[in-house]
Amino acid sequence: MSERTKIDARGAFCPGPLMELIAALKLINVGDEVEVWSTDKGTVTDVPAWCAKVGHQLVETKECEDYWSLVVRKAK
Amino acid sequence: MTTNILIVGGGLSGTIVANGLCRRLDAEMRRGQVAITMLGTSNTHMYQPGLLYVPFGKFRESELFRDQRKVLDRRVPYFVDPAVKIDAEAKAVTTKSGKTFKYDYLVIATGSRIVPQNIPGMAEGAHWFYDLDGARKMRDALAEFEGGKIVVNVNAPHKCPVAPLEITFMLYDFLTEKGVMNKTEITYTYPIGRLHALEPVAQWAQPEMDKLGIKYETFFNTKEVDPAGKTITSEEGVTLPYDMLVTIPPHMGAEVITDSNLGAGGWVPTNKTKLTKEGSTDVFVCGDTTNIPISKAGSTAHFEADTIVENLTSLITENRWAKDYDGKVFCFIETGMNDGTYVWFNYTTPPNPGPPTQMIHWFKLAYNRLYWLSAKGLL
Repeated sequence: MSERTKIDARGAFCPGPLMELIAALKLINVGDEVEVWSTDKGTVTDVPAWCAKVGHQLVETKECEDYWSLVVRKAK
Repeated sequence: MTTNILIVGGGLSGTIVANGLCRRLDAEMRRGQVAITMLGTSNTHMYQPGLLYVPFGKFRESELFRDQRKVLDRRVPYFVDPAVKIDAEAKAVTTKSGKTFKYDYLVIATGSRIVPQNIPGMAEGAHWFYDLDGARKMRDALAEFEGGKIVVNVNAPHKCPVAPLEITFMLYDFLTEKGVMNKTEITYTYPIGRLHALEPVAQWAQPEMDKLGIKYETFFNTKEVDPAGKTITSEEGVTLPYDMLVTIPPHMGAEVITDSNLGAGGWVPTNKTKLTKEGSTDVFVCGDTTNIPISKAGSTAHFEADTIVENLTSLITENRWAKDYDGKVFCFIETGMNDGTYVWFNYTTPPNPGPPTQMIHWFKLAYNRLYWLSAKGLL
């Protein structure tokens, strides 16, 4: 069973959701997941673009009431 | 009965908290109702932002340091005896020398540290300016540099988010003045898909770099450095050659945090407005030590410390919370050797940096001296 780390980056301008995600992925094991919450719509395109480049797995993108939730699984 | 406040960490935020509490709780301290104690790792207090200027010979090493006991209110006993275990259940902190300090309120301000050793080859192959030894070596390397490829490499997470841009533009000015910029190529790498985490700052920086001929590589998260072959490779699969590698190394929190199981990576899960350790009302967390998703910067530490001073004072004297931290961050940005700008934002107000001016650069230079008033809690 994979573990999931949650990051509430809603309203975070700096370093922002993707930088927080990158930092969090360094602290978890391969197969574990990070769920990041963001109010920045750009996250919805930035995170998948980075995952595609680096090879991590985008598990889920979900639009909630006033924020987006993205789940990334560490693949390597 | 005395209320004991223990502050772990003698950097900027811990020192502001200590000095601020001494002023707010002066009467209570005189009556013996409140006592404040600090544990640190060094007899000296370093002005960390001054390290940015050391590689260029613009800041003397001696100007970086003051005696911590002179920065700190004299009523605060200061022990250079690093905490090795924090037991929030027992409300006790154990130190390297084996002493145990009990507390009623704890302020954790243990900061962050660079970990270039976490990336293969980085410690051997790169220069940095985030500690004095690194800044000295970078100063020596720049003195001998006669042209070639410089890579300025940024890693996550790191403190002082504008420093990577500052060092890049300052390098350009320094090498131009030295007369070797026409033989030099600077490439700036950044972990995400733009040149800075703050979008308005990235939008400003990109045309500035284009104008100066500074190259950039985004989505670059360092996988390894080859010191012998002088290359740096990203997780994204890009390899860049270099003659001089200047890195902003990845950071972690203090070992005492992970050793005490208080937070992965040394970052303590922290309530973003109350600045208390999640699930606690008597453990406060300040500065780089928090896991709050905002900039790890001196100004963040300063504004957080102000909030903790007000809340601790009110809790002790009136049994109430006084204020919330609003996420305020303010950063000067050196845009070269002669100009600067600034940016501020909080949880609800986005950043909006203005055009660089010489006046703001002078303000930054003035702040380099005024810092000590901040640490004393006067500014």
